Amino acid sequence: MTEKFYYDNKTVRNFAIATVVWGIVGMTVGLLAAMQLFKPAMNLGTQYTTFGRIRPLHTNAVIFAFVGNAIFMGVYYSLQRLLKARMFSDILSAIHFWGWQLIIVATAITLPLGLTTSHEYAEMEWPIDIGITLIWVVFGINMFGTIFKRREKHMYVAIWFYIATFVTVAVLHIVNSVELPISFFKSYYVYAGVQDALVQWWYGHNAVAFFLTTPYLGMMYYYLPKMANRPVYSYKLSILHFWSLIFIYIWAGPHHLLYTSLPTWVQSLSTVFSVMLIAPSWGGMINGLLTLRGAWDKVREDPRLKFMVVGITCYGMATFEGPMLALKQINAIAHYTDWIVAHVHVGALGWNGFLTFAVLYWIIPRIYNTTLYSVKLASFHFWIGTLGIIFYAVPLYFAGFTQGLMWKEFTPEGLLKYPNFLETLRQILPMYMMRALGGTLYLTGVIVMSYNLIKTMAAGSLVANEAAEASPLPSVFVAQGTDKKWHRFLERKPLLFLVLSLVVILIGGMVEMMPTFTIKSNIPTITSVKPYSPLELQGRDLYIREGCVNCHSQMIRPFRSETERYGEYSKAGEFVYDHPFLWGSKRTGPDLQREGGKYGNAWHYNHLFDPQTMSPGSIMPPYEWLINQQLDTTTTRAKITAMRSLGVPYETGYEAMANAALEKQAKSIADDLRQNNIKVKSDREIIAIVAYLQRLGTDIKAK
Amino acid sequence: MNIIYLLLGLSIVIAVLFLTAFFWANKSGQNDDLYTPSVRMLFDDEPKQPGKEQSDEDHIQT
Repeated sequence: MTEKFYYDNKTVRNFAIATVVWGIVGMTVGLLAAMQLFKPAMNLGTQYTTFGRIRPLHTNAVIFAFVGNAIFMGVYYSLQRLLKARMFSDILSAIHFWGWQLIIVATAITLPLGLTTSHEYAEMEWPIDIGITLIWVVFGINMFGTIFKRREKHMYVAIWFYIATFVTVAVLHIVNSVELPISFFKSYYVYAGVQDALVQWWYGHNAVAFFLTTPYLGMMYYYLPKMANRPVYSYKLSILHFWSLIFIYIWAGPHHLLYTSLPTWVQSLSTVFSVMLIAPSWGGMINGLLTLRGAWDKVREDPRLKFMVVGITCYGMATFEGPMLALKQINAIAHYTDWIVAHVHVGALGWNGFLTFAVLYWIIPRIYNTTLYSVKLASFHFWIGTLGIIFYAVPLYFAGFTQGLMWKEFTPEGLLKYPNFLETLRQILPMYMMRALGGTLYLTGVIVMSYNLIKTMAAGSLVANEAAEASPLPSVFVAQGTDKKWHRFLERKPLLFLVLSLVVILIGGMVEMMPTFTIKSNIPTITSVKPYSPLELQGRDLYIREGCVNCHSQMIRPFRSETERYGEYSKAGEFVYDHPFLWGSKRTGPDLQREGGKYGNAWHYNHLFDPQTMSPGSIMPPYEWLINQQLDTTTTRAKITAMRSLGVPYETGYEAMANAALEKQAKSIADDLRQNNIKVKSDREIIAIVAYLQRLGTDIKAK
Repeated sequence: MNIIYLLLGLSIVIAVLFLTAFFWANKSGQNDDLYTPSVRMLFDDEPKQPGKEQSDEDHIQT
């Protein structure tokens, strides 16, 4: 006896359209940001479209809007078919879809406004964080609801990856979003300095692992066998690499912080696990590629399989390169350079982008009950996309090696060969132009794809509810033969599977975080390090608002090439009042950790007003709005109080006098500027940011 | 740095545990039937139309 039911294709279609639309938006913003790196005037002259604010917009748009919607599209389509059941609730599906789009729109509005937490790939402020949590729970309920009413007892490997994705992203997002709100649009992380950095990169790396990798592996396990019409190469390998991947991945985050003030034992631990990570990553890649054994002739004809093959190969390259970059010797050169940008784009453009395109070309004709409008155009998309990746990645690899080595080069006399940072930057500007060309090619391919898909949709009509039949599950399941084995048993128990995955992913994070948070000797305090003055604190928040951290690090590594260039290397105890930490991950401009006192106030004023006058050839955009805008001092009180409750030792009652102290310090800076023939009111934002820059690193600076 | 001895010992113990678990799983027949689940997903999910066996070729004409 079989039951008749219908698959929900409408939600799948909606997520598919959102994927394409946000993909184009996110990549266009990326292109705009890329062009500003050789032509600062491409910021269109407004603060809302300047690099520091739109770089997070680009990363969040492509990760959470493009890839996010693609994940939901892929999961909603495959989950229903693997479980022989319609999604649990149409209402939850609709809430999930529209809620996610609302989050994206809110992000797209707030980030250009400068409302940011500054945590990479999690820049959204706290109300959006709460929204993400709620919608993620809706997704989880909808997914598990479907699993519970399934007509297929056994959960296929794709579903394990979906379950691990759900539970881990939930944990990562919540832990990384523990913020103390001071207003509706502003909050401070409860973690400071070294600990904040550890949380951020535990999150950041595992956003790559559990948002960009595990759901896509799940999708690979469903769509690739479907496209090739043959079973996955090795089911055993899929069991092995699933568990080892989720267990090992979570430890690898601190490899983003090699040579920083993070305790060395955490750094080493992450390196060891990063190297081990090659095994399960390549297990997945091999399992994907070998699924095509005997079907390679299809790859020649079918553009979807071409996308799949190049996508999986990019995954293999990126997951080999990742562990290499996690070796200290290589990281010493690569960190802070464009090498890392090239690395992530091989993953994002190749693995995530190409798999998404393959799945889109596969799903859309199916749910519209028609054939793909043009295979030729899809092939064209494949080739221009591949060229785009090459033109994007290769120049940036060159830029990365070149600049990384130039930073470290000494003359025979023992002096820096390129003491002027700009000299190393000018060297790589042609590579930046080529990168923008690569991005343009890739984006062109996506636009061609959307035309192809629109034509396909127009030729068919959406089968919103697709009829299907399956037998209901027997009320009593009698396990026989291998069904009695414990992993097969586990493959039938979704909740147990969820709990086990949770335990497996919690181990690594706990081992790294608990000692760093609780054992004092991990972060030796320094008595001369004092909290920021109210004006500096406000200036720091402007530094965060403008996204300065996207181009300037505040973390000098203990190399002679760095101490020569920037000054004394950074110490863990210097950051204990930094909520959030601002170490940065990329040096498009020089490090600013010891910026305080290097130049006069007037230099900073002129430099912010027009960087090219003070540093000819600089690609930093002018920040004249800092001069026009008045500093909002109504928040000072709340900020001081919030900082105190986070453990920053401001005296009780200080919040009442904070603004008086702020004005006094602002006046003294304005007076100093006046002596240098710069007339500016002391209530302008630029005064605060100059105050902050002048404070940087001075706590332990030798006088 | 003395902690390294503890860490080395711990890692070897854990590695041996994982290896034992793997051999046990293989021996006890956990991997006896790796075929059924991998081919099951390939069947039976095209929209059925009377008198017509649908396949992937219907959605892409090369």
